[in-house]
Amino acid sequence: MTLPWTGHTWLVLGASSSVARAFARLAAEGGADLLLAGRDRADIERTAADIRLRTGRSVDVLYFDADPYTDHAGFAEACRAKVAAVEGQYLDVFLAFGAMPSQEDIDRDFTLAQQAITVNYTGAVSILARLAPVLESRRGGRVVVLTSVAGDRGRGKNYVYGSAKAGLNTYLQGLRGRLHGAGVSVTTVKAGFLDTAMTYGLPGMFKVAPPGLCARACLAHAAKRREIAYFPGFWRFVMAILKAIPERWFKRLSIR
Amino acid sequence: MNWKRVELGGWGRTAVAEMLAARPERLGEVQRALAQVGEEGLVVRGGGRSYGDAALNGGGRVLLTERLDRILAFDEKTGELVVEPGVTFGELTRLFLPRGYIVPVTPGTGFATIGGAVAMDVHGKNHDWAGSFGDHVLWLDLLLPSGQVVRVSPGERPELFLATIGGLGLTGVITAISMRLMHTPAQGVTVRETRVADLDAMLAELHQHRSTSTFSVAWIDAQAPARSLGRGIVEIADPAPEDSRFETAPRRRTMPKHVPSAFLNSVSVRLFNRWYSRRIAPEGRQRSLSFERFLYPLDSVLEWNRLYGRRGFFQFQCVLPDKDGPAGLKQLLETVAKSRRASFLSVLKTLGREGRGHLSFAQRGYTLALDFPRRSGTDVLLALLERVVLDHGGRVYLAKDAALSRHGFAAMYPKLDRFRAVLHEVDPEGRLTSDLARRLAIRAGT
Ligand SMILES: Cc1cc2nc3c(=O)[nH]c(=O)nc-3n(C[C@H](O)[C@H](O)[C@H](O)COP(=O)(O)OP(=O)(O)OC[C@H]3O[C@@H](n4cnc5c(N)ncnc54)[C@H](O)[C@@H]3O)c2cc1C
Repeated sequence: MTLPWTGHTWLVLGASSSVARAFARLAAEGGADLLLAGRDRADIERTAADIRLRTGRSVDVLYFDADPYTDHAGFAEACRAKVAAVEGQYLDVFLAFGAMPSQEDIDRDFTLAQQAITVNYTGAVSILARLAPVLESRRGGRVVVLTSVAGDRGRGKNYVYGSAKAGLNTYLQGLRGRLHGAGVSVTTVKAGFLDTAMTYGLPGMFKVAPPGLCARACLAHAAKRREIAYFPGFWRFVMAILKAIPERWFKRLSIR
Repeated sequence: MNWKRVELGGWGRTAVAEMLAARPERLGEVQRALAQVGEEGLVVRGGGRSYGDAALNGGGRVLLTERLDRILAFDEKTGELVVEPGVTFGELTRLFLPRGYIVPVTPGTGFATIGGAVAMDVHGKNHDWAGSFGDHVLWLDLLLPSGQVVRVSPGERPELFLATIGGLGLTGVITAISMRLMHTPAQGVTVRETRVADLDAMLAELHQHRSTSTFSVAWIDAQAPARSLGRGIVEIADPAPEDSRFETAPRRRTMPKHVPSAFLNSVSVRLFNRWYSRRIAPEGRQRSLSFERFLYPLDSVLEWNRLYGRRGFFQFQCVLPDKDGPAGLKQLLETVAKSRRASFLSVLKTLGREGRGHLSFAQRGYTLALDFPRRSGTDVLLALLERVVLDHGGRVYLAKDAALSRHGFAAMYPKLDRFRAVLHEVDPEGRLTSDLARRLAIRAGT
């Protein structure tokens, strides 16, 4: 029986997050092999063991820190070598790391603003830039990046986080054009509120969506090589409305 | 660590509590959460399938284990399995039955977690030969209130191990469980059901199957007239041949949110009980059921506990020793009959031996489970039943309980002193607690 993801290796960046975990499980159930990468190695080893036992797929664990001053070039090379060992294997990338310090804390402490920008933007650009040549040379792969609706419009509640995601969204538009020639698709998934450790118990969260469903949507969008998607889908309309409100009024609204 | 204000109840929905909840996804977060606990205390909560207040901590904190759901290791040759505490019985059955392995002891719902099963030292329909859940545990990783993670087993820190089996989550947060699965080529069971006319016939039937059948359980019509007291159905089951065709679990449905409290009354329950026993022909019947269908008959109706309406219901489960059991059971059933209170499905099973934990429920004898919608006066009935249990040397099961008295508890659990000594050592400040622990003064004197 061939499964939809047989012949693919999904590299999951930020593998400790609940969406990444669910994504990895689903991809492996669909026949993919996995490279799970992140900082909490002990935790990711647990996820790896779990997925191996459930699916029998090959799962490797790599240390990865989004901080661009760590060795991203070496990391990309290690991924290349892993995938190159299997003839004709596709390399796919799911980028799921992110950091969301509260805006209040950020306002008090600039180092937190810096951290949000480093992890959400610079770190993502750094690793994607290093992986791009690998993806180009292997051709045909898929990149899915989990970003946020917060990048669509700046709001007082989380504008540093939002601006980093906005930058990333723009970067991905360019990367999409660049990789298109090599048959590699880039999918931007703009998530609304997800029921994750990052948002658990935060005030003002409504209609939080389970991470498992988000993971399923990400994988489905990758299969179809979608360009930009919202999750849950209704956020497309919410954001269309929010974006249409003139700045002059928006600044007075409580949703800002 | 993020904390969220939540309102949660026991499965019987008689006890409800407002708490601050953390929902860790990895061990580091569990440690961080525990470190933030002050005097308000913390309770650990798995599937929330305890009926009373064991997984509640009103005004305090609660740690939800639902996202700690990974399988960490499995040895195909020995059946040795290591899991995180939030893995459920249903999930293990789904994953391992096709590979020829089954959890040797399982409660009647697949939504219970392995962590919760250790903390209650649960039993199944095969206790006579399989023992309690704790008997199959090889070791546990336990996060102590001090923040330290220790491994406990019969060989390492045995006293702490025995306190943790059936320990109600009070000795630490169980972060990993190692146990042995049992090999089974069968994918289901052959069930034989027979109608029995009264209590003597029922006990004789159960007694006979104790040593010969794999599973046995009986349903009692708790509203039968005095002359047929204890009539009902005895159900026994054994692994089915591999080529059998099984009836599988029906499609899952969800109980409507609001069922009027008056829905279950003595008339509707009487009708139900009559239908329940008549569906079996007098000469009995035989069926082949998938394990899921047989082990977790109620799981196909999600949130079935809403059936009892907003006020909820009490479950009363006790065990009575072999010798005084028959007399005690008779008295319990008579007390219920006299109260004219409806007990919907009443269940009788045999248990084989003492559980190994300090507060394990099991002892050799008969275990009876009854349920009662909450009405005024139900507490009086429960107190009467407690008295009967005490008089016959029995025990009330804390996984089901919401009404036991302090002195009743102390009299029923003779190893309480040893348990308290362990608590005194590992949690002198009482960081781990629960509404149940307070109600029964489990920590008193530590
Ligand atoms: C329909 C139904 C049928 C049942 N049938 C049976 C049966 O046949 N036999 C039987 O024995 N029981 C039975 N039960 C009771 C049930 O098995 C127990 O209450 C069990 O403990 C529920 O597990 P849980 O994960 O829901 O635990 P919870 O109810 O969430 O918690 C139970 C206890 O475990 C503790 N706990 C949970 N996780 C941890 C952890 N990781 N570390 C430390 N402590 C922890 C909690 O603090 C609490 O004290 C049944 C319940 C239902 C609803």
